[in-house]
Formats: sequence, structure tokens, C-alpha cells
Amino acid sequence: MILIKCPYCGYRDQSEFTSGGEAHVIRPKNPQSLSDKDWGEYVFYRNNPKGIFYERWVHSHGCKKWFNVVRNTATDQILKVYKVNEKRPDLSEFENTLKSPSGEPLVGSGNFAVKK
Amino acid sequence: MKKKYSIASILKNSLSNNENWGKMWRNPSPKKHYDVIIVGGGGHGLGTAYYLAKHHGIKNIAVIEKGWLGSGNTGRNTTIIRSNYLWDESAYLYDHAVKLWENLSEDLNYNMMFSQRGVLNLAHNEHDIKEIKRRVSANRLNGLDTMWLDKNEVKDLVPIMNTDNLRYPVLGAAYQPRGGVARHDAVAWGYAMRADELGVDIIQNCEVKGIKTDNYKVEGVETTKGFIKSSKIGVVASGHTSVLAATAGVRLPLQSRPLQALVSEPIKPVINTVVMSNAVHAYVSQSDKGELVIGAGTDGYNSFTQRGGYDVIEETVRAIVELYPIFGKMKMLRQWGGIVDICPDASPIISKCEVEGLYFNCGWGTGGFKATPGSANVFAHTIAKDEPHKINAPFALSRFSDGRLIDEHGAAAVAH
Repeated sequence: MILIKCPYCGYRDQSEFTSGGEAHVIRPKNPQSLSDKDWGEYVFYRNNPKGIFYERWVHSHGCKKWFNVVRNTATDQILKVYKVNEKRPDLSEFENTLKSPSGEPLVGSGNFAVKK
Repeated sequence: MKKKYSIASILKNSLSNNENWGKMWRNPSPKKHYDVIIVGGGGHGLGTAYYLAKHHGIKNIAVIEKGWLGSGNTGRNTTIIRSNYLWDESAYLYDHAVKLWENLSEDLNYNMMFSQRGVLNLAHNEHDIKEIKRRVSANRLNGLDTMWLDKNEVKDLVPIMNTDNLRYPVLGAAYQPRGGVARHDAVAWGYAMRADELGVDIIQNCEVKGIKTDNYKVEGVETTKGFIKSSKIGVVASGHTSVLAATAGVRLPLQSRPLQALVSEPIKPVINTVVMSNAVHAYVSQSDKGELVIGAGTDGYNSFTQRGGYDVIEETVRAIVELYPIFGKMKMLRQWGGIVDICPDASPIISKCEVEGLYFNCGWGTGGFKATPGSANVFAHTIAKDEPHKINAPFALSRFSDGRLIDEHGAAAVAH
């Protein structure tokens, strides 16, 4: 269970929110001239990192406002919440707790098959 | 096959307190080079190695697993097997698996406890009825044994079900008698044992840290036990597939989310079929030990933490208790989560990619267990021949650019 700090309402339970997937995905400006592959990339492909992830959330059972969140998907720890009109924080601001791309963090992983 | 399990061997070993059963597979250290490397030691990966060795004559194979065998989603599902999918492509793929399931215990000489107890998909409203009847008709055209049951027939099959006195009454159901459940551990162990006999090296507790490529050609994998060379690599790592693909510079249309399940305390036999409901999101079967095996939904956000949120379980248990008031005071014993890789069209990807020698079997989302033997069988063909089997040809990565999606959100049962 995650507590999310809505920038307008404060801390609320995650079940009040809806995830909107990856943030900062920009609609291509020239859809007419895109190849099928590029258009497919825009429609269907989203980043899916284990670790630092920029994502959108909406407080659907509250103020119904959208905002952005930086979360570590390996631990579910929320690292930063910022409004949609604020600048995207740089990746270097956050610490990656993983030693390898599909490794397990020391704290926050539920994977006991791998954790010693 | 060397190790035969029989009544005689059980009796013999019972005399020595069952302490003299041999190891089921070796524990080799990795060689420097393999002809094929399979990343992921679950049912799909071990099965792929088995079929590669058995049907395609490739013996120099390694299966590399981060934890222990079947510690991922093979050991974290609700073991439901069925093939009642809407589109032709899916029906062929999933029924290919069901047909293999039917002979798998024989084939591997290892008891899969495959029990064809039937699978019900409930309809709770007018739209459900139309959608499910359409699917039943599509299934019958594809030669599947699905049928429509009205409310009274459902009640006859599952007398403990509350069909009328609930918010979304049960109006009927699709029923596939050939569907059922199997023992999840046995699938991984059976395939592992027989693949090992055919010379496959199963390397456990070895994490693949990256896939090395050179000019769109695979060279090998970097692991915690050093670099291993291979010109063919099959990635079957469920939730972590897209993370590993990224190390080879390949992007996949997958999102990883936790999917939860839970089991109750064991009780006497009370439900002898599998009942699933999309609309109220509850599915339940009873294991041979007597526990109710209950599948919950996926969390609504990407995560690699194998636990999941409590609200998801609450929603499922609420629906279960309304559908089966008799379970109202039962205690739940365990809960767990697995990381599933979800595709935009809820169908898997069994495909080559732009990197030569790199193959993916992923995107099974919330329903990969049922397809284990079929998926492994066609994936082995894809790797050995460097071209897809006709069953998995439609499940290529290219469908996300040419638009030939296989939309199975209706048949996938778990909402996502």
C-alpha cells in the first residue's frame, strides 16, 4: 500500500488515485509523415524501468487533478511529486538502489527467492 | 528416460523413509559457451529447453535462473488452464497448450496432477451475456468444447453459489469442460528433470545482468557467474523481460505490474470446478489439499515489488464472499504477488526481434501458466529454426506497427 502526497490535497491512500502511466510522453508533431513503426512506438511502447520511473497520477476520488510522480518501481518508494507545469526533475537527483538492471534492492523488494 | 516414477519406486523409497530419492537435476557451473541460452527458469523457459533438446536435437543448452526454479510466476499463479479465447490465433495457441497438457504427465513421466474439472466464466449482466455468447460461438467454430450454461445449470454445477441475492446476479456462464488446474511446481520440476537428462545445464541463483550485442547480433550474456557466450538467446523472464531487453537496446511494449493471489485454510471438498468472473472480479478453485485458491487483480500501477496493494485483495474477497456466502467466515492463509508483463492487447509476444539471435517469449500478462507447454513448444521451434511456428507467427512484435493486434481483454479474465 502506498501513500501518495497529492500536491493539492496532501497524503492520501493510493486507492484514491489512478495511475496514468509514463509521464512526459510527447505526441509526435508530424503524424502524417511518421512511419508505421514510429507511430506504433508512440501508441504502444512505454518505458518500463525497474528503478526510477516518471509517471502521471490523477486523484480520481479526490480533487480529480493530474500531477507527476517520480517513483522507484523496485521499492515503490515515492521520490518526488510535482505539478504538471513544473519542470521534469533530472535523473541525477535520485539514487538508484539497484546494482544490476534486474537486481533486487536491499530494502523494499518482495522477492524472497533472490534476497538472501 | 532414466528416472521412472512408479508404484514400485514409491514403495521402495518409503521403506527407507523417503531419504534416498536422488537429485532430480544436476547443479553444474556454467560453461564458457552454449548453442542456446534460455534466460528464465520457469515453466516456459525450462519447457523451451526441453523441447529444443527433444525435438530439435540441440543439446548444448543452458537455462539461467536468477532465483530457484519456478520461483517467479510459475510458482505464483492460480494454476488455471483453459483455451476459451476469442480470436482464432489465440484459440490455436492456447488449445495447442491444452492438448499438450493432456499428455504431459505421460510425456515427462512426472505427475502434473492435471485435473480437467472444467472452467466456468460467469455472466452478470446483459453485456456479459452477449460478450460471452459471442466467445462461445467463436470457440465452437474453432473446435473448442466451450458451451453456454443458463443460471440453473450453473447452480447445478456449483450449488454453493449465490446466483440471485447479490448486486450483480449470475445470469449464466461459459463452460469449458476440458479446462482445469494442474500442479504448478510439477511443471517446472518435470521439465527441468527431463531437460537435464537430455544434457541441458540448469544454472540457478545466477542473475543475467545484461545481454551483449554487437552490430545487431547477440554475443552472449553477462551474469553474476561471468560472461557466457551464445549466438542464440531466448528471454523468458516475465516481468523482467523488458528490463533485460533494454540491455540489448530492444524496446518492448510491456508494462510490469504485481498480480496477487491468495489461499485459504484447507476445508472439505466444496467446489469441484473452476469459477471465474470478470465483472465482479473473483475467481476461485479448490486445490487437492482443500485450500481455496483465489486470484485477485493487478495493481493499477507499474511495480517490481512482489507483493501488491491490500485494496486489490479486499475487492476480490468482497466479491467472493458475496458470490459464496458460505465462505464468509473463512480465514486466508497466505497471499503473494507476482510481477506480470502486460501487453497492450493482452496477448503474448513470441517473436524474433531486430537483433539477430535474440528471441522473446513474453507479454503473457495475467494468464501465462495455462499456455506453458504450448508456449514452450512453439518458442523452441522459433529458436531452432530461426522462424516462428505457424501457431505463433501472429504473435510477432511487428503487430504493434502493422496493427494486427490480437485483442483478448475480454478473455483474459483479469482486468488490466
